[in-house]
Amino acid sequence: MSKLKVNNLSCQKGYNLLFENLSFEINSGDVLKISGPNGSGKTSLLRIIAGLSSFESGEIHYDSYKLNSEQYKLDFLYLGHLASLSPELSCIENLRYSSLLDANDLNNDHSMALKQVGLEKYENDLVGTLSAGQKKRIALSLLFITSSKVWLLDEPFSALDSKAIKIFENKIEDHCKQSGICILTTHQECNINNLREISL
Amino acid sequence: MNIFLTTISRDLKMAVRNPSSFLNPLMFFVISISLFPIAISPEAETLSRMAPGIFWVITMLSVLLTLNTLFHYDFDNGVLEQMIISHHSLSLILLAKTTAHWILSGLPIIILSPFLGMALFLSSESIIILILTLIIATPCLSLIGSIGASLVVGIKNSGMLLSLLILPLYIPILIFATSAISHAQSNQAIDGQLYFLGFFLVMSLIITPFLSALSLKISLE
Repeated sequence: MSKLKVNNLSCQKGYNLLFENLSFEINSGDVLKISGPNGSGKTSLLRIIAGLSSFESGEIHYDSYKLNSEQYKLDFLYLGHLASLSPELSCIENLRYSSLLDANDLNNDHSMALKQVGLEKYENDLVGTLSAGQKKRIALSLLFITSSKVWLLDEPFSALDSKAIKIFENKIEDHCKQSGICILTTHQECNINNLREISL
Repeated sequence: MNIFLTTISRDLKMAVRNPSSFLNPLMFFVISISLFPIAISPEAETLSRMAPGIFWVITMLSVLLTLNTLFHYDFDNGVLEQMIISHHSLSLILLAKTTAHWILSGLPIIILSPFLGMALFLSSESIIILILTLIIATPCLSLIGSIGASLVVGIKNSGMLLSLLILPLYIPILIFATSAISHAQSNQAIDGQLYFLGFFLVMSLIITPFLSALSLKISLE
């Protein structure tokens, strides 16, 4: 049973105080949706938890692991609003490299992951030739092969059609049923069971 | 080690599919050196005396032209963020990217240098020393350059800033590399210059991956 605890977290960008004394707790099996208007600090919060950004004050505890320790990094998967794909590489090449950065296992079935997101026909196509929605699907196909326990997803459903949104909502539900944790930001409605929401 | 080799092969693959990123600076190198005999003098003595300086200044400028692309594309695509939060050593990943950068920017210059050396009337002994200085010092250019590239990665049109940051650090390499070739031309000992360049390479290999990783984390915050 894993637990992520955020205590009195404050974040400031330049002269703007994005949020102050933010506290929440999330356990295995939970999905947390962070909502709020543009510029309220949703992405900043995810980046802080991912270890990409610094914060003014507060604490983040994940089980007994320190923020940015090797085990912490292994357990966390962060997918930002950029797709993290290189246009000069094919879908499968991009997915292989992303999964290598995510974990050390190159034996994953990457073709299967692309099939799950409906892109099996485009496996060897260069990412630069695909649409924004298809790129988002490739980025999110990492969810089908990662072994990370905590998923941090920044606007995962942007540019996706309703069919693709359903695929990934189901995947998030499956992940949480298997004792995973998911924190996501989105402006869209989510049909995910056991969804909790906090507003910034 | 897997991440090191995979990152090198990934970067080389990307460069081959977008060849202008490394061919343009190489064309700049070849064209600039070829123009000197026309612009200055076709006399063998004048050209061979100026050749060490010409070679090394153009080498530095062409490497400098490629530095902006070292992290820029991965930053724009968000891949750099994934590298930072990966459990693999960021220094190792950046060393791999810098190695790929050297293969694309430094190695072609080394391969072309004997032909261009002959165009500038360098003797065969001097060409060997020129190649030796390039082999030792062009990796330093990529390694030192990676610090500057990581510092300016988030800044648009940062070419001039990058030059201001990096060129002063290149000056010792320029002095000792050109001095080695000039001394070889006048049959003087060049051990000191080569030892210094070797020392610079070892220090760059040890220090720069950590400094680049640190500055990249700061730039992406």
